[in-house]
Amino acid sequence: MLKLENISFEVENEKEILKDVNFTIEKGKFIAITGPNGGGKSTLARIISGVVKPTRGKIIFNGEDITDLSITERAQKGISFGFQQPVRFKGITVNDIINIAAGENITALEASHYLSEVGLCAKDYINRELSDKLSGGEIKRIEIATIIARNSSLSIFDEPEAGIDLWSFNHLIEVFRKMHKNKDASIIIISHQERILDVADEIIAMVDGTIIIRGAKESVLPELLHCESPENCMNCHDILEAKII
Amino acid sequence: MNEIAKELLKEVSGLEEMPKGAYNIRENSKSIARQSSENIEIVSKEDKSGIDIIVKPNTKSEHVFIPALVSCGGVHDLVYNDFFIGENADIIIIAGCGVSTGDSCDGSEHNGIHRFFLGKNSRVRYVEKHIGVGIGTGKRVINPVTEVEQEEGSFMEMETTQIKGVDSTRRFTKAKLKDNAKLVIKEKLMTHGDQFAESKFEVDMDGEDSSVNLISRSVARDYSRQTFISKINGNTRCVGHSECDAIIMDHGVVSAIPEITANSLDATLIHEAAIGKIAGDQMIKLMTLGLTEGEAEAKIIDGFLN
Repeated sequence: MLKLENISFEVENEKEILKDVNFTIEKGKFIAITGPNGGGKSTLARIISGVVKPTRGKIIFNGEDITDLSITERAQKGISFGFQQPVRFKGITVNDIINIAAGENITALEASHYLSEVGLCAKDYINRELSDKLSGGEIKRIEIATIIARNSSLSIFDEPEAGIDLWSFNHLIEVFRKMHKNKDASIIIISHQERILDVADEIIAMVDGTIIIRGAKESVLPELLHCESPENCMNCHDILEAKII
Repeated sequence: MNEIAKELLKEVSGLEEMPKGAYNIRENSKSIARQSSENIEIVSKEDKSGIDIIVKPNTKSEHVFIPALVSCGGVHDLVYNDFFIGENADIIIIAGCGVSTGDSCDGSEHNGIHRFFLGKNSRVRYVEKHIGVGIGTGKRVINPVTEVEQEEGSFMEMETTQIKGVDSTRRFTKAKLKDNAKLVIKEKLMTHGDQFAESKFEVDMDGEDSSVNLISRSVARDYSRQTFISKINGNTRCVGHSECDAIIMDHGVVSAIPEITANSLDATLIHEAAIGKIAGDQMIKLMTLGLTEGEAEAKIIDGFLN
C-alpha cells in the first residue's frame, strides 16, 4: 500500500532531519512510530501526507509515485492526516468540518455518529464553532472524528493522545481498535504511549532521523520497554516517560 | 417594480412577494408599497422623506420589512426612518438596501438615517443586508446612520451584513443604554476591488448593569480598505466588549481603532482585535480533507463571515 524509498529531509544550514528512511506498510496494517522528540517522526508523517516535500526519495502509494503530488491530490487518493495540534477556525462548525471530511453533505444524524465514535455527545457539539472556545481535548477528539469520517485507505495520526484526558484516552484506544478491524485500511500512528503501541501490528522506533528498530510489537515492545539501562537510553527514554502518565 | 428591483428585494430581504404584516418598500427615493398591521403602524414623515414605524406596547412575534432599493444610476437617496418600540414589545425588523447602477456610468447612493427608541423591556432583532450590483462604472454608495436609545431592560440585537458590490460605505452607529439595557451588534463585511468601508460605533452605557457586545468580522480583498472604529464609554456599573476580527487578502488594508473609556470604577470594558491573512495551517487542514487551495480559501471565508 505505502512504500517509502530513501526518504530524506534536510533544512538548509541545519541537521538532516530524516536520513534515507525506507519502509513499507501493507494493506490493513497498523503501524506505530515511536522514539524520542526530535527524531523525525512528525516530519515523516507530514511528508507522507504532502504537507512537507522530501529533499530526496520516493513515496509510492498503491503502486503510484505520489512524491510530487499536492496535499489535496494525496487526500483525494485516500490519505488522511490528523494533526498533533488541531487547527481552529472562526465560523466553521463541527458539523461543517465533518461534512467536509466526509466529502459530501451528510445528515446531522450521520455527523452525530462520528462524534459519538470519539465519545462526544453530538447535540452538545454539532453546531459549535471550531474556535478556541473548545478545550484541547475536545478539539482533538473532533480532529479524530474527521479522520474517521473520511474513511480513508491510509490514516495517519500525529500523537493523537496529546492533550487528551485519561477517560478520553481509554476511549481513544477503542477507536483505534475499531478502525483496525477494517482490513482494507491502514493506520500509522505516531505515539509515545505504550497502550497505543500495544494496539499496533508493528512498531517502528526512530532516533535522529533513522529507523533503529522495526518489528512486530511482540518483539519490539519488550525490547523498548525492558532496556537494561533505560535512564541512559535515548531510544526508550520517552516511551518510559509516557508509561508513567 | 422592475426585474432589477425585484432581484434586489429578494437579495436584501428574502422577499419574493409582499409579506404578511407590516412593510414599507422604498424604491428610488419613493415608497412604492406599504402596509400597516394591527399592532405596527407605518406613517410618512411630514417634514422630510421617510417613515415612522410605531409598534404598540406588548406586540409579540411580528416582523416589519422596510427594504430600500435603488434600481438605476444617478439616484441620491436620503431617508429618515424612526422606530418607536412600545414597552414589552418583541419584534423583528428586516431592513436592508440594494443599490444597482446597471450599466450606467452615473453613480447612485442611499443614505439611510435610522433612529430607534426602545421602550422599557422591549426586544428588537434588527437584520440589515447591503449589496451593490451593476457593471457600469457608476459608484454604488451606502451610508447608514443608526441611532439607538434604549430604555430600562430593553434588548436590541443588530445583524448587519455587507458582502459585495458596495464601492463606498461609511457606517455610523450610536447608542445610549439605560439600566439593564443590552445591545448586541454583529457586523459582517467584505470589500473587494478598490472599495472603501468605514464602520464607526459610539456607545454610552449610562444605566447600571447595561451591556454592549460588538462583534465585527470582515474580509478585505484586492486593494480594498476598511476602518473599524469603536468607542465604548462605561459611565456606571456596566460591561462592554468589542471584538474586531479581520482577514486581509491580496493588498487589502484594515485598521482597527478601539477607544474604551471607563468613567466608573465598576465599568468592565474589553476590546479585542485580530487582523491577519488566512492562517497557513487552516488551508493545510482543509486540503488534507480533500479540498483544493481555492475551495479551502472559499470555505474559510464563508465560515468566517457566516
